[in-house]
Amino acid sequence: MLNLLLLLDIVPGPANAATPVPETPQGPWMGFAYFGFCAVLAVVGAIATVASPNPIRGAMGLLLMIISIAGLFLALHAQFIAAIQVIVYAGAIVVLFLFVIMLLGSDAQTPSDQRGRIPRFGAAALFAGLGLAALTLLGRTMAKPKLPGDVGSDFGSIDSIGKVLFTDMLVPFEISSALLIVAVVGAIAVARGKHGELAEKGALNK
Amino acid sequence: MIPVEYYVGLSAILFLIGGIGFLVRRNVLVALMSIEVMLNATNLALVAFNRQHAQVHTGQVLSFFVIAVAAAEAAVGLAIVLSFFRLKRTVRSDEADLLRN
Repeated sequence: MLNLLLLLDIVPGPANAATPVPETPQGPWMGFAYFGFCAVLAVVGAIATVASPNPIRGAMGLLLMIISIAGLFLALHAQFIAAIQVIVYAGAIVVLFLFVIMLLGSDAQTPSDQRGRIPRFGAAALFAGLGLAALTLLGRTMAKPKLPGDVGSDFGSIDSIGKVLFTDMLVPFEISSALLIVAVVGAIAVARGKHGELAEKGALNK
Repeated sequence: MIPVEYYVGLSAILFLIGGIGFLVRRNVLVALMSIEVMLNATNLALVAFNRQHAQVHTGQVLSFFVIAVAAAEAAVGLAIVLSFFRLKRTVRSDEADLLRN
């Protein structure tokens, strides 16, 4: 696996810091193929997430998109963020979604509703138009693309990210821990409701 | 080497899909998942721009914080969905009309 990643120019080789590895003949082609593979899977997963009527299929599409984006993070020399992406998103958030979908059972799938179609789809069309305008602007700059330069072998590693997190970003890091605590307490307080209400009404264990 | 613009273009496409899903779908669960799609798209853009300016790690650290906030948002959002379901027995967002009129 590591050999494959080295071949794809995803992880820097051991001797990369001192002497740049000469580009293999199939190097750029393989990189583009890897990018295209991950990008197509990500777009397919995102479309499945928003378009499937069954929320379970939507969660599976979200999982596909998250894992392909983790693959793109690897290609961008962000190994730590790729690992965090798989652990937190695929391992925690998608599982949380699946728990809630299973808890709601068949009620999680709502029938399609025709009311308010025009404002909804009008807003979506406006948003799509803005996004296409942004993509057109991006396409103009793509005429002379900027190739990113070489990076050191420790770029994006746990080592260097940890150094930044615990020196420059120490205060935001500590505040994010407070945010997570508040979120956990708030989630329990909101989901639990009043004391005994859950057992009394039996809403969740019918 | 792939130009950074390709990654940013993919990120824009994913953000577009997520935003359209959030605007069109009425299922609250799908709306929350669309928000996750949009957050992932912004993370991709952050990491791609950080690849271009590789002297610092600001983009990757910022995407780390985005992931932390996304986890908190998913926990609280799903708790609200459960609470809403207990009240209305549905997860359709247009049934949330207690504050109307």
